[in-house]
Amino acid sequence: MSLAHRIIPCLDTDGARVVKGVNFVGLRDAGDPAELAARYNAEGADELVVLDIAAARDRRPTFLETIRRVAAELAIPLTAGGGIRSLEDARSVIRAGADKVTVNTAAVERPELLSELSAEFGAQAVVIAIDAKFKTDHWDVMVRGGRESAAMNALDWAQRAVENGAGEILVTSVDRDGTQSGFDIPLTSAIATAVNVPVIASGGAKLPQHFAEVFQRGQADAALAASIFHDSIQSIRELKQFLAEQQIEVRYPC
Amino acid sequence: MNVTLLDYGAGNVPSVQRALQRLDVTSERASTPAQIAAAKVLILPGVGHYAALIRALDENSLRQPVLEKINSGIPFLGICLGLQALYDSSDEAPELTGLQLFPGRVSTLPRTAKLPHMGWNTLQLQRESPLLDGISGKDYFYFAHSYAATPSNTKSASPAVAMSYHGEEFIAAIEYKNICAVQFHPEKSGALGARLLANFLRAAA
Repeated sequence: MSLAHRIIPCLDTDGARVVKGVNFVGLRDAGDPAELAARYNAEGADELVVLDIAAARDRRPTFLETIRRVAAELAIPLTAGGGIRSLEDARSVIRAGADKVTVNTAAVERPELLSELSAEFGAQAVVIAIDAKFKTDHWDVMVRGGRESAAMNALDWAQRAVENGAGEILVTSVDRDGTQSGFDIPLTSAIATAVNVPVIASGGAKLPQHFAEVFQRGQADAALAASIFHDSIQSIRELKQFLAEQQIEVRYPC
Repeated sequence: MNVTLLDYGAGNVPSVQRALQRLDVTSERASTPAQIAAAKVLILPGVGHYAALIRALDENSLRQPVLEKINSGIPFLGICLGLQALYDSSDEAPELTGLQLFPGRVSTLPRTAKLPHMGWNTLQLQRESPLLDGISGKDYFYFAHSYAATPSNTKSASPAVAMSYHGEEFIAAIEYKNICAVQFHPEKSGALGARLLANFLRAAA
């Protein structure tokens, strides 16, 4: 036996409510974060991610309250992020009940942020989120919610982020996000090969087979999805049962 | 029963407190020698850097009270770093001295495996243990660490009641007299984590 492949539901919030949209645009309401967290905790989720995708300064106290409400429902690990720009931002998120923080744009602009977070909380608490988009012959790092190119190669950035202290990589395919056409297998596999930390694949999930592919061919350690779980297109328990039947190690029964 | 949680600022103290609440057990956070001296049941949660825990014990003059409490025989549970701190030292901060309750040093897991060892893994049970009552080798627990107590670096695996494997075999759970410790996070390990905490509290009652 070895590590189980993790299934991670993601709650994209506007600070207070869960929202969803395609390719980071056209948001609509998808429920109360604490209610969804309780449901996923009971259904066998291995971990939960809660993001503040608006990350507006004036909404920050609202998001911290959301983290507190979500953490109160969970007996599994919680990762929180969105708009974390400093050690102080991360500290407030962890104090509110998150076990790990995820950083994206701020780390691209100032990679030392990763070493500061890692020194304070340990590498196991620092997740680098990389939004990647295919461009001619490589994957480009996208920032500001997937809208702007950082003109960096995603594989180089992944390696540098790990050297700086990130203990896990959450890689989202901007090309696949919201399409429900399956994870980006070449991207996930390339990232997993480039680094020696766990990799969470994100963007494009719909069918159980998509998860099997990203664990087997994509070499992902964990897979993240949002709306297919929120809309009950896919139940976490049935998904894990399917994966167990495919001889993919998962925490099942859970 | 009142449980004392040693609070040195580690991120998982509130999680452990919530996990105990779900078992209808109240707990108090302790950060002074007097509070530790008053403890009837002591839990040392820990996550992050080994140095942060050891320095906090020394800077707040908690090392002696903690050792005296453990040696007096009260039920003790160390979680994650709270297990690692029981040994002589750790490669994560070689200049510091641990609580020296068990011989040996904590070392990094091999780079042949992905580090940190993060996620849900199973246990290899070593012997009968009230702490692991009702828990089998098929059950998963949540780990998040890069350093561990391995049989080769701790000379003896005798206090271990469960091992786990990530690139190398390491000590996942200890039960020795009144000292319990786990490398994984029961407060983050769902229903089975709650079961382990309940087992500890039942033995402590």
